[in-house]
Amino acid sequence: MRFDEEFFNLGYIDKLAYQNTFIHRLDARIKVLISVLFVISVVSFPKYEILRLMPYFLFPVIFIALGDIPVGFLAKRVLIVSGFIFFIALFNPIIDRKVAFYFFNIPVSYGLISFFSIFIKFFLTISILILLVATTSFSGICYALRYFRVPEIFVNQLLFLYRYIFVLFEETMRMVRAKELRSFGNKGGDIKSFIKLTGNLLIKSIERAERIYYAMLSRGFVGSMPYLRKKRIDIYDISFFAISFVFLVFFRFTNISTAIENFIKR
Amino acid sequence: MSHHIVKFENVVYKYPDGTSALNGISFLITHGESVGIVGANGSGKTTLLMHLNGYLLPSSGVINIGDIVLNKKTRQEVRKKVGVVFQNPDDQLFMPTVYEDVAFGPINMGMEESLVEEKVKSALNTVNCLELINKPPHHLSGGQKRAIAIATVIAMDPDILAMDEPSSNLDPKSRRALINLLKGFNHTKIIASHDLDMILDVCERCIVIKEGIVVADGSVQKILSDKDLLEENNLELPLRLQNLKI
Repeated sequence: MRFDEEFFNLGYIDKLAYQNTFIHRLDARIKVLISVLFVISVVSFPKYEILRLMPYFLFPVIFIALGDIPVGFLAKRVLIVSGFIFFIALFNPIIDRKVAFYFFNIPVSYGLISFFSIFIKFFLTISILILLVATTSFSGICYALRYFRVPEIFVNQLLFLYRYIFVLFEETMRMVRAKELRSFGNKGGDIKSFIKLTGNLLIKSIERAERIYYAMLSRGFVGSMPYLRKKRIDIYDISFFAISFVFLVFFRFTNISTAIENFIKR
Repeated sequence: MSHHIVKFENVVYKYPDGTSALNGISFLITHGESVGIVGANGSGKTTLLMHLNGYLLPSSGVINIGDIVLNKKTRQEVRKKVGVVFQNPDDQLFMPTVYEDVAFGPINMGMEESLVEEKVKSALNTVNCLELINKPPHHLSGGQKRAIAIATVIAMDPDILAMDEPSSNLDPKSRRALINLLKGFNHTKIIASHDLDMILDVCERCIVIKEGIVVADGSVQKILSDKDLLEENNLELPLRLQNLKI
């Protein structure tokens, strides 16, 4: 049953977040801040840029190495999302056909360059975000978001999403199992029963939401959620931030690839 | 002492769809009593518990919690006095970690951060789950979830504890641990359950409700040994009183 497998997959990213490595121990606020700066920095490059994006791969590599995250895990997740980006970038080579240069007599258009540029940017930003979630406890991320004054309503959504996606998955899994146990390999009415199953799930969720709200009210909820600080910023956090920041600035405002090339040529 | 009483006077409640769940229910529970509420499925037990801290307000009739009359204005006050533990702990544990969940109530009550931590730890200690303090709820077993759900409530120091089916879905050992835990509390306890053996263990008094009214109210030994009364209400004698021979 595929659904069961997916369920355990979901638990996997969560398990990763509860490891204890240098990266995991860093304060969530620092990691969130660096990730955001990283994303802004990558995205701010012009659309034909490829070479200067290369140094940024250092960040995911360091997160993977120090955070003890399996590369396959990351690759699989990035691959799943890449379908969307493929269709977004697809038209660039078709529309923008001006030839940029010849690669062994094969014309390379600006469109193709921007196609790859988009892909690299996508790969960098998505992998840093996945790595952030895989190396930070979710409550830590929520606290960090609140700390940076992200509106509470959005953070609360995330908080509840994370808490109840497991419950919802389990509920769905039970329903899918119950259905399969009584359909005896008969695939005929699949779509119809799927529709009913989804509807049922919606009603169950609404009822559950009501009970949760009741539970919150009975513990004195009057409109705002408490977010607790996990730890104090220590010397490791500050040094990690400082070094990352210097590198980000350096990558953004100097052309390292060309510098290395010139250095070698000389 | 009269300040921890729970008094229902002719309480009627109709759900918006017209189903009437409580039909003029009256009883008085005094300070420190532990009361089991039993009855068939759909007899109104859960609806009754939802009134205890003002999630539902009676369509007519009066509820007194301590010296407060329950209404829209007083229900925040009442919620500090009455802690309700729900049937499904997944509904009760909604924060990302056990610590934050147990701290939720005390923080909302305006406690200071250092005091909150103390409260959380002592509540978790009471239910013997201090080592789970940093776990996310979805990594816990059913028995652990139930224990944490109780801790979330006792962290608020309620005068009155109300529980809906606290022993359901627990393995016998966890159930026994729960019973011992409940016996150790000095709060006024109101426990709705079908687990009559547990009620026999924990409570001194038992109220039987049927179709939203009280049909019997008395000492737990008397009520739970009345075979006819129990069978009329879709219940049966507690296993312990059945003289089973194997």
